[in-house]
Amino acid sequence: MASGEVKLIGSWASVFVMRARIALHLKFISYEFLQETYGSKSELLLKSNPVHKKMPVLIHSDKPVCESNIIVQYIDDVWNSSGPSILPSHPYDRAIARFWAAYIDDKWFISLRSILTAQGEEETKAFIAQVEERTELLEKAFIDCSKGKLFFNGDHIGYLDIALGSFLGWLRVVELDANHKFLDETKTPSLTKWAERFCNDPAVKPIMPEITKLAEFARKLFPKPQG
Amino acid sequence: MTTGEVKLIGAWASPFVMRPRIALNLKSVPYEFLQETFGSKSELLLKSNPAHKKIPVLLHADKPVCESNIIVEYIDETWSSSGPSVLPSHPYDRAMARFWAAYIDEKWFVSLRSFPKAQGEEETKAALAQLEEANAILEKAFIDCSKGKPFFNGDNIGYLDIALGCFLGWLRVTELTGGHKLLDEAKTPSLSKWAERFCNDPAVKPVMPETAKLAEFAKKIFAKPHA
Repeated sequence: MASGEVKLIGSWASVFVMRARIALHLKFISYEFLQETYGSKSELLLKSNPVHKKMPVLIHSDKPVCESNIIVQYIDDVWNSSGPSILPSHPYDRAIARFWAAYIDDKWFISLRSILTAQGEEETKAFIAQVEERTELLEKAFIDCSKGKLFFNGDHIGYLDIALGSFLGWLRVVELDANHKFLDETKTPSLTKWAERFCNDPAVKPIMPEITKLAEFARKLFPKPQG
Repeated sequence: MTTGEVKLIGAWASPFVMRPRIALNLKSVPYEFLQETFGSKSELLLKSNPAHKKIPVLLHADKPVCESNIIVEYIDETWSSSGPSVLPSHPYDRAMARFWAAYIDEKWFVSLRSFPKAQGEEETKAALAQLEEANAILEKAFIDCSKGKPFFNGDNIGYLDIALGCFLGWLRVTELTGGHKLLDEAKTPSLSKWAERFCNDPAVKPVMPETAKLAEFAKKIFAKPHA
């Protein structure tokens, strides 16, 4: 089950691709990273994910697995005897981790992304307030989930750390663009310290993109209207 | 782990609530069904799911679990030695089941829900085309997942059967009110036969609402304003 070639279709800037890469690193799995070119989709991507045509796609022994959080769970299931457990061991903690991961994608990220596409000051302010409110919930979630330990998942980074932590590069880019700090030692002390620990984790550090490179890419993706 | 009182906050008409009810039935877990009154949210609901304020919420020994598909996985993991396995046993099949369940909520259900909202012939035609395309994709997914067996999950109903099957009542209501057949024996033969088997499953039959009662309820919640 754990044998067979592993490939990952993705790109350096994608939050969702980073999730799969962190999980692969945690399990010490060697894989071939097939980078997509910005602006086009490879034949392999279209063939492997015909429904969504999106990355990441994990290809394990030529069988595709799609959707970042599903890929992370798959990696944890298949390579369960390798490295630490990515999902928590207790069913209740697993349910809570899955709940917050879904919240992050369905609510928190949507607000964050809206800041980059907001039209005018009013709209931007409204989305900033929404992100503030949602980040506060995540601060509380961290305290509840970590139970005094270093990560959402306890002693080691896990599913929920990966789900949120993969956004930290883009979060920094949005903070710079909006001139507003969301992760703040006074507002979100636990999350702020957690963020630094996460970024320094050996499974994360090699693949967290540089902020200046990401900011430049963001300007290309979300150009500001002229005049 | 399995001890402790089980309660479910929900409503008879909600397909999302039906999901954990089916899972609890599959595992023969007795529970107290706390029905919400249409139009208002109970204190218990607001306290148990402050992030979304939505049903269903499972309360196990007073600890809340939210989000229907997450609740189903929690039930499967907690009562793992009871009844058949709700999630498939092989990691790849699990990844596929989760993928299609996400597709059903994010794409298929959105198409179904937009159908009654369509205004005029053009919009209705477009909505119908979108739903038929999604059905064709699920027809193929059924053939791939079931591998010749009666259900997506094989011999017994499972996670993906529940994820799609819970919508069959509402699908039927949409067919009646719209005057269009949406699950067609000619276009989706496998799904059509599966739908009948699903609705007759002993874990499903007691909780599948009567189409007439659901249609009446639909008229109430989607009441057209008077001109």
